[in-house]
Amino acid sequence: MSRVDGRLKVTGGATYAADNQLTGLVYGVLVTSTIAKGRIKAIDTQAARKAPGVLEIITYQNAPKVPGYEAKPTGQTRVDGQEFRVFYNDEILFNNQPVALVLADTFERANHAASLVTVQYAQAPHQTALRPNLTKGTKPKRADDYLRGQANAYTTAPVRVEQEYTTPINVHNPMEPHAATAVWQDANNVTVYNKTQAVRIAQQDIMKAFNLKEENVRVHSPFVGGAFGSSSRVWPQEMAAILGAKKVGRPVKVVLRRDQVFNMVGYRPESIQKVGIGASPDGKLVGITHEAYGLTSSYEQFAERIVDPSKSLYSCPNLNTTYKLVPLDLSTPCWTRGPGESSGSFALESAMDELAYALGMDPIALRLANFAENDPENQHPWTSNQLRACYERGATQFNWARRTPAPGSMRDGDWLVGLGMSAGIYKAGRSPATARATLLADGSLLVQSATADVGPGTYTIMTQIAADVMSMDPAHVRFELGDSALPPAPGQFGSHTTTSVGSAVYDVCLSLRQKVLELASGQAITTRDGYVELLRQKGMPQLSVTKESKSGSEEKTHSGKSFCANFVEVWVHPVTGQVRVVKVVSALDVGKVINAKTARSQVLGSVVWGLGMALMEEGQIDHRFGRYVNKDLADYHLPVFADVPDIDVILIDQPDTILDPIGAKGIGEIGMIGFAAAVANAVYHATGKRIRNLPITPDKLMA
Amino acid sequence: MINFQYLRASSPKSAIDGVRTDLSAQFIAGGTNLIDLMKRGITAPPKLVDINNLPLRDIADEGKTIRIGALALNSTVADHSLILKKLPLLAQALNAGASAQIRNMATVGGNMMQRTRCPYFYDPSLPCNKRAPGSGCGAVAGINRMHAIFGLEPVPDQHVCIAVHPSDMCVALAALDATVEVWGPGGNRTIPFTGFHRLPGSNPQKDNTLQHGELITALRLPDNALATHSHYLKIRDRASYAFALISVAAALDLKGKTIQQARLAMGGVAHKPWRLTEAEQVLIGKPATEATFREAAQVAMRGARAFEHNTYKLKLAPAAIVEALTRAAG
Repeated sequence: MSRVDGRLKVTGGATYAADNQLTGLVYGVLVTSTIAKGRIKAIDTQAARKAPGVLEIITYQNAPKVPGYEAKPTGQTRVDGQEFRVFYNDEILFNNQPVALVLADTFERANHAASLVTVQYAQAPHQTALRPNLTKGTKPKRADDYLRGQANAYTTAPVRVEQEYTTPINVHNPMEPHAATAVWQDANNVTVYNKTQAVRIAQQDIMKAFNLKEENVRVHSPFVGGAFGSSSRVWPQEMAAILGAKKVGRPVKVVLRRDQVFNMVGYRPESIQKVGIGASPDGKLVGITHEAYGLTSSYEQFAERIVDPSKSLYSCPNLNTTYKLVPLDLSTPCWTRGPGESSGSFALESAMDELAYALGMDPIALRLANFAENDPENQHPWTSNQLRACYERGATQFNWARRTPAPGSMRDGDWLVGLGMSAGIYKAGRSPATARATLLADGSLLVQSATADVGPGTYTIMTQIAADVMSMDPAHVRFELGDSALPPAPGQFGSHTTTSVGSAVYDVCLSLRQKVLELASGQAITTRDGYVELLRQKGMPQLSVTKESKSGSEEKTHSGKSFCANFVEVWVHPVTGQVRVVKVVSALDVGKVINAKTARSQVLGSVVWGLGMALMEEGQIDHRFGRYVNKDLADYHLPVFADVPDIDVILIDQPDTILDPIGAKGIGEIGMIGFAAAVANAVYHATGKRIRNLPITPDKLMA
Repeated sequence: MINFQYLRASSPKSAIDGVRTDLSAQFIAGGTNLIDLMKRGITAPPKLVDINNLPLRDIADEGKTIRIGALALNSTVADHSLILKKLPLLAQALNAGASAQIRNMATVGGNMMQRTRCPYFYDPSLPCNKRAPGSGCGAVAGINRMHAIFGLEPVPDQHVCIAVHPSDMCVALAALDATVEVWGPGGNRTIPFTGFHRLPGSNPQKDNTLQHGELITALRLPDNALATHSHYLKIRDRASYAFALISVAAALDLKGKTIQQARLAMGGVAHKPWRLTEAEQVLIGKPATEATFREAAQVAMRGARAFEHNTYKLKLAPAAIVEALTRAAG
């Protein structure tokens, strides 16, 4: 089934956050700091205030009070610490931090006036580089240290690898810049149109900030142009729009500039990781040690799941992991597609490849030799695991058999050919979600839940699930999301929308079907006219059911994961160091595939993300200034079409009978777990050069 | 961005008159770089004179030379049968630059006028002698992976600039002995292409030798015997829409295996497109072999100097020269 919102999107009919043109709209442009740490000595807004069209300029000196900013951190927030407080005081905590909001009657006038605001700073010494500050690393409050068996057992193994791997800052850079429009209906009622993966979380955050009740805060986000984790909490643009709207008593829209997207909405933190891995000569793993360092801001501890893949991917009796965070004068990082797992799996899966060479063993054979029959982290049985099928079908499709293992042994003309592979694992689970299904008088079905569709096809999939259960034509089903007033659903992150919301839609439609059956005295209704007639006979304007779905005891007895095997063919030019990925095969176990088209698209997206991470993406900070230097899409390189090869997606498509009633696991992230390592492993196979510091750019291959 | 005056010129003379009287006024053609610079607050001309209506788009075979109007679009030139036949190196270089959308807007004159993409130049909060003379060079001790290795005369800190010229087209033009036709308040003149762009010296804010009010009207390229053996090699971080780490324009006139004539220029290495005349001399009269190419590359690299993040260029540049010459000869 094709996307139900496809036509709206390609014809411009879909309303994204910045598309909301409310009556009396005022445009807000953020002025941002040019230092990384210190205090504001003075802000001169005189010239800006005199500029045409300017209505108000908000700084910490005149911003409306935010009651929530005074509250002591509760430790209950998803990120530990004191959230960044917009226009709160004179403190500068990171470069490009918002220090003023210029409000004017047009965007151009606000933008011009923003350029007239001058700020004087008392600069303080800052630290933005991870490596020189490693000694400041501390165990995060939400610690991830783990031990089974003996620590550092790898050192006793006959064959071992011990290496350091690094990954740089990656910035989500969705196509749609972050935006928010806020309007106060009265002193206690605010509506926000923003770009979010979680309308309910945004609503809760705003309620807390302004001390408002649930019915006083409404968040709308029906369409999102990519988010990848960057819209999973409320950021400065929402707060600035809300404060601006409060100040001028009119709706205010704030859209981030591309360079502001680098600083204000999180990013994938840099990592430095040490992996020690040891095996017996037959390839049986003896021990794995994975020590990871990440960075965070000075005011919050953003911890990610960087060592998770190491804990569960392989059967290995001895395993110890540590994770330390280094606070730096940067904004807080946030969840970024495969948050932690993407970086951690680069280290683990590169090390596995190095081990395969040390053992003289085929990389797939090594992985099969250490296949985990149960989740080694907790000995729980898997809810389902088709990883073996992923290896087998992926290898066949890719023609892995043609690979001659010696580095540099395969060529095509002038080019060195390399074949590499890796495995991936990602959590699969569900959160409580509620859906409402309403049979309308015209015989059509309306299904609603406060989830999001940031691109994966949620509108489509939910429509499909509902239509299937009700045996209805999908054209007669409408799914609504992206409104905080709808029945609650988790945010769209962690690859669990289909399992959570999909199950809720499934369950509520089952209930509705049952109700219809009861109303019709056991007569099954299969046509739209039949529904119309039933409601008419019973004198009901509509028939509505609301239902919450959640996991049961299986959550405690079983381990849910998605799996993948990534296969990559690269060509490397021996003279120029250019890497061309010419072929990708991704084989994935994501449970039952609900929609083949959107599922495939999710994997294509993950692969392109993986290519970017492997070959080109790097947020570069000049540490003398603590400021990004490549903060636009010309200098921060994302893959372009010419970089994207032929991608074969193999979905094993076996239902998970334990995790949820619809058999799905998750698909949004698994495709990029381990992917960067598959590229690095292929580059090694082509050249004999092991690049352990991403991204793999030509200069590194020339070194 | 400030409010600015916008005029549309109907003749070269009115365009020149519109700019010359106001020292801050600028011409605008495709605007693919100027608009970015204005949006970022790097430049704020109070007056723009739009030259898109001027009759400067023709591409013509004049017998011994090919004349390309300054307003010919990059994509038009790259696809033009005359260029593909006689100056394939130029077509290749054009297609290696920017994106299809930008090439459809950008003119050849504008391509010559584009400014460096040094990130320090683009951020008004960072030091840059090119943008804010005397503020220092952010790149020299900063992130200088993309920066120059040639043409770096020792100058005081307040003049240092290690930016590179970003154009691909200009590298081919430098190699192909183009000349630039210029009309101006002081009359018309012709500038050899290699004299059009300049080294930073003590005036890094100046990219080229145009005087204020002068308008590029055309390029002239001599017909040559280099079309059969030419190659534009561009090494970059992704397959399209990325500036060159190193690029090489190479063209040879071969008689059998013997090199009669050679043209060689590099991009991504200096403040201007970097013509390698000494290396060309090494090639002439020699067989087109890897050994010859290596010798030329060695000569080409004389005087190169690297910084913290671009030392790879000292290795990549000569390798790229050999590769480009090999492909040109092949």
